[in-house]
Amino acid sequence: MIGLTHYLVLAAILFVLGLFAVLTRRNAVTVLMGIELMLNAGNLNLVAFNHYAGSGVDGQIFALFVIVLAAAEAAVALAILLSIYRTFKHIAVDDIHLLRG
Amino acid sequence: MSLESGAHTVIWYCFAFLTAGSAAYVVLTRNIVRAAFALVATFIGVATQYLFLQADFLAAAQVLIYAGGITVLLLFGVMLTHRVQGMEMRLEPVKAVPGVLVALGFLVAIGAAISRADWHLVTPVDSSGTTALVGEAIMTHHLLPFEEISVLLLVVLVGALFIARPGHSQSAGEDE
Repeated sequence: MIGLTHYLVLAAILFVLGLFAVLTRRNAVTVLMGIELMLNAGNLNLVAFNHYAGSGVDGQIFALFVIVLAAAEAAVALAILLSIYRTFKHIAVDDIHLLRG
Repeated sequence: MSLESGAHTVIWYCFAFLTAGSAAYVVLTRNIVRAAFALVATFIGVATQYLFLQADFLAAAQVLIYAGGITVLLLFGVMLTHRVQGMEMRLEPVKAVPGVLVALGFLVAIGAAISRADWHLVTPVDSSGTTALVGEAIMTHHLLPFEEISVLLLVVLVGALFIARPGHSQSAGEDE
């Protein structure tokens, strides 16, 4: 029977994969994809706890707000990436160090 | 009854494997467009997990916003920041060893926390869907954040246009 632990382990795997993408990728769009994976893992935890260890739908509403915030974050981040691309002609995150002293 | 729960378990593992496998493909592939399309599979897999958890409204929202909206945004980002004519769509090989170590450490830490924790579980109620409950809760207890979200979305709309508008960063580049 599928229990809470199954969902928590699946969410942990998704989170770690996203973390790996954020840590190792040089392309900023792929880093964004990793962040989206991590947000999805967090959402899955919220909904799983809401189902197995809570009452009402508060966890689902929290997850809904996280989805909206993730969409807003993706929009702003891609606008910033476009701006960076116009300035540097690339979006490799290792080579963008204009603020380094 | 046990046959039914056995089938439930098998189907759950199939969808969990789809979710985790496509997420691994997103992280490991060298082609960024393929990564974006594998991300759609991951989002739909997470939506099926929401369905298993009887969060049907959230599953629909996940498909609409993530699989529909955010993926299109990411693909636009890919197309606008890579030279499509050359082979610039390829990602560079990753320097993986420190990343693997940190990620595995995180996985072990989370696994230890999950195995040791003592959750106060309740028996899940079998409901035929929570859309009505979610709508009622948003319109009563969570009305203020709901309205604030609309203001935030307006600010994001204007802010993203302002940041991405042409000429803005070119003049900044000329100042150097």
